[in-house]
Amino acid sequence: MRVNWKTYNPRPFFDEIISSPGYARKPAKKLASYLRSLTHEELLQKKTAAELAIKAMGISFTVYSDAGNIDREWPMDIIPRLIAGSEWDQTSKGLRQRLAALNCFINDIYNQQKILKDKVVPAELILNSGNFRKQCLGMKPRYEVWAHICGTDLIKGESGQFYVLEDNLRVPSGVSYMVENRRVTKRTFPELFADNYSIRPVADYPAELLDMLVSLSPRQVKHPEVVVLTPGVFNSAYFEHSYLAQRMGAELVEGGDLIVENDKVYMRTIAGLSQVDVIYRRIDDLFLDPLAFRKDSVLGVPGLFNAWKKGNVALANAPGAGVADDKIIYTYVPKIIKYYLDQDPILPNVPSYLCIDKLQRQHVLENLDKLVVKPANESGGYGMLIGPQASRKELAEFRRRIKADPRNYMAQPLISLSTVPILGDRMVEPRHVDLRPFVLQGEESYVTPGGLTRVAMVKGSYVVNSSQGGGSKDTWVVDNA
Amino acid sequence: MLLSRVAERVYWQARYLERAENMARLLHVFSALQLDLPKGTKLGWQSLIQITGHGTYFSTKYKQENERNVVKFLLSEKNGISLVDMLVSARENARTTREIMPTEAFELINGLYHFARDHAEKGLHRAERNNILEQIVSRAQQIGGLLSGSMSRDEAYSFVRLGRSLERADMTTRIIDVDAQKLMPQLEVQGAEPEAREPYDNILWMNVLRSSSAYQMYRQHVQERVNGADVAKFLLQDEQFPRSAAHNLTTLTKVLAKLPNSGKVTWQVNKTRRLVRDADLHGLMQRGLLEHLDQVQQEIGKVHYKIADTWFLPSK
Repeated sequence: MRVNWKTYNPRPFFDEIISSPGYARKPAKKLASYLRSLTHEELLQKKTAAELAIKAMGISFTVYSDAGNIDREWPMDIIPRLIAGSEWDQTSKGLRQRLAALNCFINDIYNQQKILKDKVVPAELILNSGNFRKQCLGMKPRYEVWAHICGTDLIKGESGQFYVLEDNLRVPSGVSYMVENRRVTKRTFPELFADNYSIRPVADYPAELLDMLVSLSPRQVKHPEVVVLTPGVFNSAYFEHSYLAQRMGAELVEGGDLIVENDKVYMRTIAGLSQVDVIYRRIDDLFLDPLAFRKDSVLGVPGLFNAWKKGNVALANAPGAGVADDKIIYTYVPKIIKYYLDQDPILPNVPSYLCIDKLQRQHVLENLDKLVVKPANESGGYGMLIGPQASRKELAEFRRRIKADPRNYMAQPLISLSTVPILGDRMVEPRHVDLRPFVLQGEESYVTPGGLTRVAMVKGSYVVNSSQGGGSKDTWVVDNA
Repeated sequence: MLLSRVAERVYWQARYLERAENMARLLHVFSALQLDLPKGTKLGWQSLIQITGHGTYFSTKYKQENERNVVKFLLSEKNGISLVDMLVSARENARTTREIMPTEAFELINGLYHFARDHAEKGLHRAERNNILEQIVSRAQQIGGLLSGSMSRDEAYSFVRLGRSLERADMTTRIIDVDAQKLMPQLEVQGAEPEAREPYDNILWMNVLRSSSAYQMYRQHVQERVNGADVAKFLLQDEQFPRSAAHNLTTLTKVLAKLPNSGKVTWQVNKTRRLVRDADLHGLMQRGLLEHLDQVQQEIGKVHYKIADTWFLPSK
């Protein structure tokens, strides 16, 4: 096996490394020629070394299956993805702008509801949303920020421009893999760092996260107690919960470790109860507190919601923040940015059709085989229809579902995702990718340089979710390349 | 301050790791020992099963207590008892406490687990076994070294030491118990005259020492030649030797002094210490050693329950 770019043909898609067979894009030139210079043995050795490093470092994720939960090694392709620094700076501005506007929106929804009164967003869309929590009405978290950690999914289409595909404002995951992928690439391609490329580092994310969380503490003490609340070791993202707690020096707690007394939250330690100030919760809203939400939740902490409402503990993200990551609300985000910030959106949305609107619905139903249909609040790629790849039976089923519950569906043209080469068994081949950068907002805001690139490892596939066979790549934001 | 749940997992991780190391040592020494015994002598492989206290379970699975079955049961089988399964538990506890342990600790424990799992089958053959067991022991010691060289002396480290010391004290008493009481009669049955048996008695007691890595230290610190009473005394009462019961019980009292609310546990440890310290082993050698060791083990068991009562989350 040798890397031969002349036989690498990404057409008809936009490839981020190779513009046409034999020609690398400017920032990727050094990477492309370096890869070409490697012998069969060197390539193989690097691939094996990366796999071994992942195993040795214990980088894993959990797959739920009928045969029980399996702890699997994290799939990573060793060829990095490159983004030019200048392009990233602009993207990063767009991401901050978007999260700032979304936070204004959430805070407005749970307080004055001006945007509904001004009829920019239809009130019934919000009040009927599965992610709207009426228990949160009247609450004003610190800095009026509700979504402190956001994972925004970006894609590039045929033009090579970034579009926002969705905003994840509940418990977005993947950031630990972004950091770990870099560690693995440094071991695999040390020669490409420093000598050849200035790559923006990603390792300080946990420190940025901790600073943000500390800024939320209700008690003004020097070292507020910050904890990460996990559903437990069987959760698919447990590796990440543990990883982030470790890197922040925070306690990793489960529901059973916490107790609420007099509307204050405490954790059970070997020396007795100790007060908790900030909870980075990786449990869904509905499971947080059986007294406030689902009564059958065994993961949560009775009384936690009240402690938060009284302002005795900070929750990140705040309960109810998910109201803004509904896929129907997504279509209004450009208007939301304009409404609160009086700015034009820097990052465009993918054009979308709302099934609740009669004309748009008709268009969707007539063109179902050309569109991607998404339900309002599923995640992980579940419950979606990819029209061009669907059977007649699936199309009919979605036609029925849309008519029955139009509020719950939106549709988008199928964007031909950009590609990046992966190292296959015998040669380099193009595969579709997306990108999830992470945005933090507390007292200040922060965007990761790059983010987690997810790859559909199967030829032609658009499914990048690791739960469904997707892989990942290290993502380099490079300066002066 | 350390979470109760984390304290419990750190404690068990240390116990399981220590137990796996001890098991590797025992299998190693036993395998070497059989080469020293006279032809036709059957080595009491079943005593290895008795050390673990799972004799009944073993007999539901196997008819014969021969080398192959015993080694399989204790080394590689999926039964919750074998060395590989202990490492599964150690790894699982390490995986769920990664946030407070040094990063490399999990990587090493994970590496040890993969090594043992991948090589356990080969370990059923005598030729490969020694090499594999030696590596397991040495990797386990590397982990202990890493922890002691990189962890702050905080509460988490205290629970590592509690788990490790308690497991060592427990294991040492089990080794003396079984070897002293079960191996000897086994050889007698072979019908050898007492004089002819003597060199083998020595070999057996050497084996007891070796399974605790104590042979060399015994030689340096005990002037007597290897004999039952002195070996038992050394392994139970010597304060200087790091795997002796006395040393580990003393370590426990030192660790406990630094932990909050440790009163009840300390009381129980001191009770156990007195029992160990005040025993007249030369007298017990003639009569009553087995009962004495049983009593010590029961008291050690109670130390565990006091620790769980004091610091771990109440079970639901």
